[in-house]
Amino acid sequence: MATAYHDDGRTGSYLVEGRTGPWELVIGLEVHAQVVSNSKLFSGAATEFGGEPNSQVSLVDAAMPGMLPVLNGECVRQAVRTGLALGATINRWSRFDRKNYFYADLPQGYQISQFQHPVVGEGAIEIETDEGEKVTVGIERIHLEQDAGKSIHDLSPDRSYVDLNRSGVALMEIVSKPDMRSPAQAGAYVSTLRAILRAVGSCDGNMQEGSMRADVNVSVRKAGEPFGTRCEIKNVNSIRFIQQAIVYEAKRQVEILEDGGSIQQETRLFDPDKGETRSLRSKEDAHDYRYFPEPDLLPLELTEEFIADCAASLPELPASKRARYESELGLSPYLAGVLTADADGSAWFEALLANSAARQAKTPAQVAEKAANWMTGDLFGALNKLGVEIAASPVTPAQGGELLALMADGTLSGPLAKQVFEIMLETREDPGAIAEARGLKQVSDTGALETAIAEVMAANADKVADYRGGKDKLFGFFVGQVMKASGGKANPAVVNELLKKALG
Amino acid sequence: MAVDDKMVARVAGLARLTLSAQEVPHLTAELNNILGWIDQLQAVETGDVQPMATVMPITRDWRADVVTDGAIQSDVLANAPEARHGFFAVPKVIE
Repeated sequence: MATAYHDDGRTGSYLVEGRTGPWELVIGLEVHAQVVSNSKLFSGAATEFGGEPNSQVSLVDAAMPGMLPVLNGECVRQAVRTGLALGATINRWSRFDRKNYFYADLPQGYQISQFQHPVVGEGAIEIETDEGEKVTVGIERIHLEQDAGKSIHDLSPDRSYVDLNRSGVALMEIVSKPDMRSPAQAGAYVSTLRAILRAVGSCDGNMQEGSMRADVNVSVRKAGEPFGTRCEIKNVNSIRFIQQAIVYEAKRQVEILEDGGSIQQETRLFDPDKGETRSLRSKEDAHDYRYFPEPDLLPLELTEEFIADCAASLPELPASKRARYESELGLSPYLAGVLTADADGSAWFEALLANSAARQAKTPAQVAEKAANWMTGDLFGALNKLGVEIAASPVTPAQGGELLALMADGTLSGPLAKQVFEIMLETREDPGAIAEARGLKQVSDTGALETAIAEVMAANADKVADYRGGKDKLFGFFVGQVMKASGGKANPAVVNELLKKALG
Repeated sequence: MAVDDKMVARVAGLARLTLSAQEVPHLTAELNNILGWIDQLQAVETGDVQPMATVMPITRDWRADVVTDGAIQSDVLANAPEARHGFFAVPKVIE
């Protein structure tokens, strides 16, 4: 869907240096998000990923003559909920249109989409780049449409194979305004949008499986000039690739313009292996989709009650959750941002927080910082190493809460807690049981520690004399020896106190 | 609006139709006839008229989101000129 470019007059900080001076980027994104639904937009066939080829296809999806589409109400509900979450206008009256084109994996010869009258109109989202730059990106529209089938070109030397399992699956096309000025902003936009969709539950945001992919519109201009001619890079399926494609495409356009050429408005492909975009040449010499209203479907009319129900069903969205973590829990903007970047992550954190607070008989705000630091540091670090998502974490929030409580009451020191955590990741056992069974509890018992201290002092009589003679720095040596003697289990605070007394 | 022989030949090419040189002028005349009727229809003032979607006062007919269809691979492929390993097999469509 082509977007009408408008200009908000804003100039970005990211510039491409050319021979003739700096160039500014203008970026707009069309994100195709697969709607979470059991069955397809217009048929009762399943949408599940990874089925046998052509096993999730009804005669409607295969475009057999005489088959008629019937709209899936859940897909409408999800599009409306998404629109509400993006602060967008919900159109009470919208319509489906046929977009005609010819391709082997499009059995109907047209895609049912929404052209003139989309279900969702204008909205906006706030994004923040990793460098802390805040930008408002306008949403132009969201419309519902069918996905096409999938062509596989590399299974046979002389044939393309077509699988229609995706044919008819509901997509939301979320069209941004050309409000982004750098690859970082485009990346932040996609990850923010993804977090909102996942929180709303309207799209699983899985870019590897193609549940979310983007068409990237890029043009360049000298600051203050009107928009340049844009190129559209189709079907980019990761945030990193989107950013790489933008960097490459902007440079390509600058080189052409500086050599006195002009940009041809065209569709391009991004090749991740070569890191370049290239023209998607087509033998068609007429690009006209011949849109017309879909005669097999009634206009989509929404009642106020339906829209109110959609609004009432929305969960707390990432932006307000983040603000609440900062104001109510006293978390830093950084921690609040990391913990609300993903719906699964924030759900895990809230479970951890509730458990941790209950075990320690404290308020969530009192234990929030420790819980947040442990989760974003130890847990995320470990999951990263294991290469698993938070939803598949081998450690449960309740086990995390128990570990934090054991640290808070002094049963486990920091280093011991790390050891216990390593074992939890492997065995999935509870931390208390691990500490008990493996004797990893911190020793705070003064009697046992006093014995250890006496032994260390006896074995290092010369150093004791040096210390007493004024070599204060040796104190650390004694702490280390006692810790070593205790197998790392001694409570350092207690050791410090006892040592000071013993050394006099 | 009217079309000439060149335009008819071009549209035929886009529609994957093979027309002989003799057929083109004949079709040009026929198409111009039809386009004449369209011009006549377009002369009607419709600015204030809402497009009619249905003659019956029905609003919507939505389906519940349940799987009721599919798992008919052999039916789906029954009319395919060629099928392999459960896929439609078509002449290679990539260069």
